[in-house]
Amino acid sequence: MDDFDWAVILRSAGFLGHGLALSALLVAVASLGGLGLGTGLALVRLVAPRGVGAIVAGYVAVLRSVPLILVLFWFYFLLPIATGRPVSALGSALTAFVLFEAAFYCEIVRAGIAGVPQGQRLAAMATGLRGWQALRLVILPQAARAMVPVLLNQVILVFQDTSLVYVVSLRDFLTTANIVATRDGRPLEMYGTVAVTYLVLCLGGTLLIRLRSA
Amino acid sequence: MIEISPMIEIDGVQKWFGARQVLHDCSTVVAAGEVVVVCGPSGSGKSTLVKCVNGLEPFQGGHIRVDGISVGARGTDLPRLRTRVGMVFQSFDLYPHMSVLDNVSLAQIHVLKRGRAEARSRSEALLARVGLADKISARPAQLSGGQQQRVCIARALAMDPAAMLFDEPTSALDPEMVQEVLEVMQALAAGGMTMMVVTHEMGFARRVADRAVFMDHGRILEDTPIGEFFAGARTERARQFLAKVLTH
Amino acid sequence: MNYRWDWSVLWREPYGGWLLSGLGWTLAVTLGSFVVALAVGLPMGIAGRLPSRATRAVASVYVGLFRSVPPLVQLFLWYFVIPDLLPDAAGMWVKRDMPYPELTTASVAIGLFAAARVAEQVRAGLLAVEQRLLPVALASGLRPLQAFRLILLPLGLRRVIGPLTGEALVTMKLSSLSLAIGVLELTAQSRHIENETFQGFEAFTAATILYLVIGLGLTAVMGVIARRAR
Repeated sequence: MDDFDWAVILRSAGFLGHGLALSALLVAVASLGGLGLGTGLALVRLVAPRGVGAIVAGYVAVLRSVPLILVLFWFYFLLPIATGRPVSALGSALTAFVLFEAAFYCEIVRAGIAGVPQGQRLAAMATGLRGWQALRLVILPQAARAMVPVLLNQVILVFQDTSLVYVVSLRDFLTTANIVATRDGRPLEMYGTVAVTYLVLCLGGTLLIRLRSA
Repeated sequence: MIEISPMIEIDGVQKWFGARQVLHDCSTVVAAGEVVVVCGPSGSGKSTLVKCVNGLEPFQGGHIRVDGISVGARGTDLPRLRTRVGMVFQSFDLYPHMSVLDNVSLAQIHVLKRGRAEARSRSEALLARVGLADKISARPAQLSGGQQQRVCIARALAMDPAAMLFDEPTSALDPEMVQEVLEVMQALAAGGMTMMVVTHEMGFARRVADRAVFMDHGRILEDTPIGEFFAGARTERARQFLAKVLTH
Repeated sequence: MNYRWDWSVLWREPYGGWLLSGLGWTLAVTLGSFVVALAVGLPMGIAGRLPSRATRAVASVYVGLFRSVPPLVQLFLWYFVIPDLLPDAAGMWVKRDMPYPELTTASVAIGLFAAARVAEQVRAGLLAVEQRLLPVALASGLRPLQAFRLILLPLGLRRVIGPLTGEALVTMKLSSLSLAIGVLELTAQSRHIENETFQGFEAFTAATILYLVIGLGLTAVMGVIARRAR
């Protein structure tokens, strides 16, 4: 422990900073894209005919049952073939993340909608509101309010998931630390920095969410 | 012979929940301006029957007509029909994320397509009528149960319905708040509103109702003018029920 | 789409063998991690509801720490950093003599992360029972620790078996992280086949189906255990 090298951390701060920026980009796109697509899927399951709903349910079930790393490999391999053009590692990773997280956001939104008391729907319909009006004006606003802590928590989980882009060599926070650790032989300093940073951000985020909901 | 125009016609209605039959051949008529009380033990199907009248519950046999429109017919636009008959529920169900005023105005704006200003002034008038003029900006959570239920009545009246359905409107209220809601309903009846009220409040029934319908196990056993009902009901079952209900 | 299909790659040697070997390692890491997760998570979860401020604090700290760092980062810490931090004899053993080093390290790292999740599930289950039955138990004269031992704990653990099935599935998915320290588990092998043969569709589909099958198997096994526990 005596030869803990603070200098290597300072030297690579810029490099690590770039990695963290990429991680931030991944989180932002994955969360927003996942939430948007996930909400769409949840609404489809709510209003669409049986067959379509079943397909969505199947998609969600499969994506929640396989490792994220496999999904990353899937899209890394599949996108260039499907589009007929070369796709960057970042592009395939972003696609994979959005489609993966959408499955989880879909379930959160479905649970949120189901959590609104049944009487709200009946009361709305008793005054002549149509199904989609009741959904838009009465159900969704209430569901959204209830879901906020869960959605924010999911963002923290997405942030942790982004560390997996290591497997496709995208230079996120963890991967840049790994590069320095290997090159300079300083795993403790590098992985320690990464761990402490994630700890502060994720634990801090969790506590903030809890405070906000209290 | 005075021509009575039927507002609500229930004719031979049958309903099943899966394999269980919950409504057996129910028939009755509520004329315009009449106040009919529906009573009976729990599980007798009274709430279910009332929910069939505005199509919130589907039914498999028989017919129901409201203000001349068939409720069960294929082509009927149920949301439109529900603007003709308002409903007040046991669990109130005000929209918690909106103010009292917005609760009463919502359907006026989005279903009746009234302008905001017009909806607001009508809402304020209705809220004054139920004694809550000073609560228009409040949120439902800030109101007592009795106040919330009165807002629900205003919300239903905002659609200018031809008839009103009440499904045990006071059953979920603390005893001291029951009276304020019954008073609003009494005033409504005095004003000539057609009302079908599922309730255990026999005092209210005796004072306000024109007829009583008694149900048990999904069947209508009694359908008599209110005076006769209390004086001496025809069926044994109804007499038993009344005896138990009136003693406390 | 410009792709040459060849499903026979899945049962042709050596690729078929690779898949099966990968499946075996996935099961090994999953099992190892889940054992650690239960061994640490169950006590930690119980500690989270014991009527003692000290144990609850320890449990909170554990969960807060181990859930806030991504599992892959934790894995790297255990594999690259901790062996050098251990006192000499232990460090030497870990680096030279420990059997199946990658499997063990992965099981410990993934297991401790999963343990934090298990602890939360257990704590939530105990809390639910406590809210329902603690007032009744205390009113009948039981002391807090007695109430905990005789009523809350047995009932709480019973209702946690369902959520634990979910945690087993999560652990299965986490097992894929071990490829980062060289374990040739199922995902790694499917990628290996894709690299060698370019038949990625077939390889990844096989891996997907195998994961679904393992998941169903785990659910079935946990279901049997749940019935036994009733």
